[in-house]
Amino acid sequence: MAAGAASGGSATTDTYKEARTWLLLPAWVTLTILTLAPVGMMLIYSFLTKEFRGGVIWEFSLAAYDQFFFDRGLFGDDPAKIEWTYILIFWRSIWQAGAATILSLVIGFPTAYFIATRPESQRPIWVFLITIPYWVNLLIRTVSMKFLLRDNGPFNDFLLSIGLIDSPITIVNTNFAVQLGLFYSYLPFMVLPIYAAVERYNFSLSEAAADLYATKWVALRRILLPAVKPGVIAGCILVFVPSMGSFLAPDLLGGAKNFMIGSLIEEQFKGNAGNWPFGAAASMILLTMVLILLMAYARQQAKAENAEG
Amino acid sequence: MATAKSAKFDIKSYKGFKAITLLCLFVLYAPLLVVTIYSFNASASLTVWEGVSLRWYADVFTGPESEKFKLAARNSFVIAIVAATVSTTIATLAATGMVRGGKFKLRTVSFGLISLPLMVPEIVSAVAILIFFNSIGFDRGIMTILLAHIAFCIPFAYLPISARMQGIEDSYEQAAMDLYATKKQAFTKILIPLMMPGIISGFLLAFIVSLDDFIITNFVKGAGVETLPTAIFGAVKQGIKPNIMAISTMLLGVSVVMVTISYFVSKSDNTK
Repeated sequence: MAAGAASGGSATTDTYKEARTWLLLPAWVTLTILTLAPVGMMLIYSFLTKEFRGGVIWEFSLAAYDQFFFDRGLFGDDPAKIEWTYILIFWRSIWQAGAATILSLVIGFPTAYFIATRPESQRPIWVFLITIPYWVNLLIRTVSMKFLLRDNGPFNDFLLSIGLIDSPITIVNTNFAVQLGLFYSYLPFMVLPIYAAVERYNFSLSEAAADLYATKWVALRRILLPAVKPGVIAGCILVFVPSMGSFLAPDLLGGAKNFMIGSLIEEQFKGNAGNWPFGAAASMILLTMVLILLMAYARQQAKAENAEG
Repeated sequence: MATAKSAKFDIKSYKGFKAITLLCLFVLYAPLLVVTIYSFNASASLTVWEGVSLRWYADVFTGPESEKFKLAARNSFVIAIVAATVSTTIATLAATGMVRGGKFKLRTVSFGLISLPLMVPEIVSAVAILIFFNSIGFDRGIMTILLAHIAFCIPFAYLPISARMQGIEDSYEQAAMDLYATKKQAFTKILIPLMMPGIISGFLLAFIVSLDDFIITNFVKGAGVETLPTAIFGAVKQGIKPNIMAISTMLLGVSVVMVTISYFVSKSDNTK
């Protein structure tokens, strides 16, 4: 009770302190068994031997990681060379996710800013409008995007009918289509943290800058942008991370040439051609990259909070 | 002078930002609107518009594929209701422990554990849980989908519930206990009713997340078991057909309605 009062009343209190363990136990048990243990088991599987019709043989092996990084020729006895296939797929994923993040930032920042500078009563409605599509099934959104952008889809029909183009533009099955799909999938994750940061920003700072003859754009770049940087970084990470491991956008909008990590992993567990240890190893590599990013982000947020408080 | 200045030189507004916001909303909604419109197309061809008709909705319910869709829909809704109920219960208890449990050592770890499903890329969660079920010899089917969904839905239920609980001062429960209510009574008779908007909103979000999930379901469903998203994906792989657009429009409608309810419920204030 005292702790709650000291931190303004809205923070935590200790009314149910004695029951705490029992209250948290179901969540601990469920998540440990169904999230943490599976990740541990995945790590173990990545060091096992593959069974040819899917599944594993319980024998320690480094073959999965070896296959990921090294090429030892058809019979496995050539001198090891770097295997570029999978590294390139990871690189393409990073590149595509990066492009989608930049696209989201370029559109998302002005949107978040615009919403945050509306009168206070109107803001929730704007935020709600931005978030509704996120709650619509990702599969349906991606299919809709594909339908709209097809060579003979409504978008091309429209451009043809107003005479802007003479023949349909091919968008589906290009890198750009994947980036557009990822942008469409995760845009709210960019808008919301930037919105929260701009909403907290004290605009008298910009006014002071303007009084000192800074132009509006200088005030934006030099005063506002540094102040809302944590929100921008949060938005970028929240778009980048799920984009990198996405499966639907590259699968439905990208076609075979635009293979990303998600599809590579999925392929290892489908049908009989799969290689489970290799799929587990690729997942572990992806997870490691994501966790490094998230940890860097958490440290940066903690630093920003310390600077504020 | 200040007013004249702000009218002529508003430091807050930038030219073009409104246009970009509107463009942004247009990009977000255009594909959904187009699919909705074309689901009412009378034509069997996707490219030709032949007038408004409910033909493809009828096809979903009575056409050659209707049995498949009905079964998938039943699976989807049963799984979503059970997964949302269980995960909301777990999340409500956990939120009480976290928000009303004082300071404790495992607080940060607990929060990390609860938000873990949000941080791990979905495809990695899918692989991990498939491997887990395989390693303990658990056959894939409805049950594996359900268990995976329960875990995945917990953070979505937890966030609105704990946000709500942080907004409720504990003076209501303290007052009840001053009047000789036990802690259990204070919890069930005071806190839970006050929390209801948060709980409903958490339940609805968990419900949608379960109903919409494709990637994890696709990994753990096993042969022959379909939910609506996996059935839609299977059909789309053979080309987008008008009946798929009708199903998609219905599913889209369910999501939009649920989110809208969730939004208004969570905004309502029952502490007055």
